[in-house]
Amino acid sequence: MTAQTAEQRDLTAVIGLEVHVQLETETKIFCGCSTQPDDDEEPNTRTCPVCLGLPGALPVLNEGAVEAAVKVGKALGSEIPEETRFHRKNYYYPDLPKNFQITQYDAPICDSGEIEFGVDGDRRTVEIERAHLEEDPGSLSHAGGSIDTAEYTLIDYNRAGTPLMEIVTAPDFRSAAEARAFLAKLTEVLEYLGVFDVTRNGSLRVDANLSIVDAAEVDEGGGIDEETLESANRTEVKNISSHKGAEKALAYEETRQKNAIQRGREVEQETRHWDESRGITVSMRSKEEEKDYRYFREADLPPLRVSGWKEEIEIPELPDARRERFREEYGLDAESASKLTSTKQVADFYERIAEKFDSGLAATWVADNLLGELHYRDMAITDVTDRLGEFTRLVELVDTGEITVKNAEEVVLRRMLDDRLDPETVVESEGLGKTDDDAVAAAVSDAIEENPDAVEDYHAGEDGALNFLVGQVMAETGGSADPGTVNELLRERLEG
Amino acid sequence: MTVDDDEVRHVAQLARIDLDEEEVDRFTEQFGDILGYFQALDDVPAVEPDPDLANVMRADEVDEGLTQREALRNAPETEDGYFKGPTVS
Repeated sequence: MTAQTAEQRDLTAVIGLEVHVQLETETKIFCGCSTQPDDDEEPNTRTCPVCLGLPGALPVLNEGAVEAAVKVGKALGSEIPEETRFHRKNYYYPDLPKNFQITQYDAPICDSGEIEFGVDGDRRTVEIERAHLEEDPGSLSHAGGSIDTAEYTLIDYNRAGTPLMEIVTAPDFRSAAEARAFLAKLTEVLEYLGVFDVTRNGSLRVDANLSIVDAAEVDEGGGIDEETLESANRTEVKNISSHKGAEKALAYEETRQKNAIQRGREVEQETRHWDESRGITVSMRSKEEEKDYRYFREADLPPLRVSGWKEEIEIPELPDARRERFREEYGLDAESASKLTSTKQVADFYERIAEKFDSGLAATWVADNLLGELHYRDMAITDVTDRLGEFTRLVELVDTGEITVKNAEEVVLRRMLDDRLDPETVVESEGLGKTDDDAVAAAVSDAIEENPDAVEDYHAGEDGALNFLVGQVMAETGGSADPGTVNELLRERLEG
Repeated sequence: MTVDDDEVRHVAQLARIDLDEEEVDRFTEQFGDILGYFQALDDVPAVEPDPDLANVMRADEVDEGLTQREALRNAPETEDGYFKGPTVS
């Protein structure tokens, strides 16, 4: 093909993802070492002969990791086969103390499945090919430079053996934005299941395959035939560690490949490394092929038969179902229901508040006020889940009319978050208890006496005059008077 | 069963081992011998396998592991509590 015809080609990206997530268990997948790092922990302080790969040590499968994997399978609608097995994947790299990784090969714990998610207002469904259990390698630091220029390598095996689930999608994504939206939905589901902590450093790692095909090859349902996919050279992009990183890396890679093709060049089939700080992908020149991993059965681990047990493993209500229930049960609009089910913690928090108050009032306070103020402070609901009681009392102060909505939003809630005070302390120290009727009446009299010009303007029909007087009264009462009442009183006095 | 020298070079490279030409020749011969020994297994009559084990698992409870000193004790080189190794790519 000449460059001339290439320029006219309408091209589409084909993307598939391999998502590695750390499962939230107490202990590692094959030994009793803790998976929970202490703050500022020292390297190599959570290890044992098994996760260090010392001779003669034997792995024993963690029941908690299997349970978490079954929950993931159920949430993805996977088939959980009668029997699953473990294999050794052999490669030599210092993050693997045994020179092999225990993983699953021909009989993963979860087969097939799908995830539905929203992107740009459309619903999309992506097929899951498989999801399997494996062990996390240790972590390397390249001392004295980057991976290319380092003088030597330092190795910490604290992470080695943390249970990982690798979730492999079909090549169903057509854009970087879709891949990002999928990751957001996947992590949301995993968090709902209680098997994943998105805030944990390194808990999510993504490898992405991307190739470019002629847009004309995509059929109406968005499918592409096998032959076309096989004939397009693809790259595997590694080292992606966030939703945003995935979108950036894939957008970069899509442009890079499209440019090559438009210029009549061939895309090389290779592994590339996403360099987050430079915002580019670079070739890794990996020489290993799948056969080089010499997969073989892990003889130290007997097969796993979960079919009799999987029925007992329950999963909670998932985000889509909860969102629908919120709309029906609490009469919320789509936007509030969406916001309030964005994480399990937010949804739980809302339901606790909605038990005690009108569901609409509770929605305003949680979805708009609380989430808004938290977002502004770069905080999350998890920073305040232990203060549910205080937050309930704040809504109660508003609901019973003891403080004004304005003061509750602008003073009490903000100081509760900024200074970690309870609502009663803020109300007292700021003098926000609604001022009694006499004090408001006195402030109204003062405002009228002290501002004869405004009174004259009012009688002359000037719109702003009344607002000015209301402002004077509010200032005098420190904002604790109810603006509606003040407005009414002023009108009565001025007209009377 | 025979192994050619390219195969030996490939396996050495996967294992990150640097072999010179003389070593490649030596290992090519040795690989052949070793694979020959294993062929003897083909002549062993099949035996009844042990009954299948399944679902051998442990509860998700923390066990005491090694201290940092113990973990590093066999390492030829360490630095600041880390295992120390050559650069990798």
